[in-house]
Amino acid sequence: MIELDCLGQKCPLPVIQLAKNIRNVEVGDVVRVLADDPAAANDIPAWCRMKQQEYLGSPAPDAYEVRRLS
Amino acid sequence: MAVPAAYLDAATAAPLHPVAREALLAALDDGWADPSRLYSAGRRAQQLSDAATAAFAEALAVRQDEVSLWPSGTAAAQAAVLGALAGRARHGDTLVHSAIEHSAVLHVARRGKAVEVPVDRLGRLDLDAWDRAVSTPGTAVAALISASHEVGTEQPVAAAADYCAEAGVPLYVDAAQSIGRAPVAPGWSLLSASAHKWGGPPGVGVLIVRKGVRWISPYPQDDLYRPGVSGALDLPAVVAAAASLRAVLAEAQTEAVRLSALVDRIRERVAATVPDVEVVGDPVRRLPHLVTFSCLYVDGEALLHALDRAGFAVSSGSSCTASTLKPSHVLEAMGVLSHGNVRVSLHRGTTEDEVERFLAVLPGIVEKIRQEAGM
Repeated sequence: MIELDCLGQKCPLPVIQLAKNIRNVEVGDVVRVLADDPAAANDIPAWCRMKQQEYLGSPAPDAYEVRRLS
Repeated sequence: MAVPAAYLDAATAAPLHPVAREALLAALDDGWADPSRLYSAGRRAQQLSDAATAAFAEALAVRQDEVSLWPSGTAAAQAAVLGALAGRARHGDTLVHSAIEHSAVLHVARRGKAVEVPVDRLGRLDLDAWDRAVSTPGTAVAALISASHEVGTEQPVAAAADYCAEAGVPLYVDAAQSIGRAPVAPGWSLLSASAHKWGGPPGVGVLIVRKGVRWISPYPQDDLYRPGVSGALDLPAVVAAAASLRAVLAEAQTEAVRLSALVDRIRERVAATVPDVEVVGDPVRRLPHLVTFSCLYVDGEALLHALDRAGFAVSSGSSCTASTLKPSHVLEAMGVLSHGNVRVSLHRGTTEDEVERFLAVLPGIVEKIRQEAGM
């Protein structure tokens, strides 16, 4: 698992970081995004749906986990 | 020669209809006096006021004494909910509302007890949850927007009204985006609309309270027997609003067909020419003039400014464009992408050429913003 610290970044930067960095993990591995922009809670799951990746949920406040499927 | 800017934000405010302009200018000369006075200038103003109320009643198929006028659509919406809640205080204190109401209604909801009913991915009300909510004891009033002001999805007003009738709960419908453009199903108890959404002047809200619905003014009242704002209304604006509503309704069906075809074209072409885009809302059961889409990796504010520089006025539900810096509650309730969001809304002055020019420049503008972000 890799962790991306996007705290303090405004939308859509956390989603851009996620899209750029998910290539750096193997298929099946997890990326954790730390983001406190209020749009992240909505836009990270929406990105997963649009890009066919798996949204695993928010294990802690301002943290979101995504599993690479493709 | 510079191409004139294309105004594609009618859902915020439609350009003044020529009939509204004409009526406004005439009423400025004739309708300045206080209608409650007994001299001839006052009587003339009263006649204008009565004729405007009669025109609203006819256009909305209600009785004249069910019409009241307010200084904005927001004021009418808030008077509707607050007055209906006050009228139902003996039965309950809870407001049931959809998750996609206009913020005018949500701000009222936050002042007391409220139950929010969700929508699906297309922005359609969850009718089962609505049924459960309105039939829960303690429910005073239910509020449902006729069609989403942000994504255009039409709501099942008739079915929602049936559940309300079964439960004995009055239904308030915020019809600001529908009046003058699309029919609203019957069955509601209160309805509000906003003149500048149909091409009337800003500063006129219309509230209908059906006979038999208990409505108690939430504001200090003067000695009038009808609900309404205390103090003088902008009578010339009211006259212009009524005249333009009549004119708009006369052309509404043809305009709906024309604009709906342009919206279909935008929905199809944006999806085909912009990569990683989500065109949101119900593609079929929707307002004729409004379409919304979100572009991945795009800053909404940058997109609005770039479109403005290219000569297109549109609005956005992205958080970076909102005063609250929070994403649109409507897009959130639907679970669709909120950044890179654009709402395009058309009006009677919108031409096919404007839409084509917009569709021609959009993909390049989106691509450039993405490149600058390293995508």
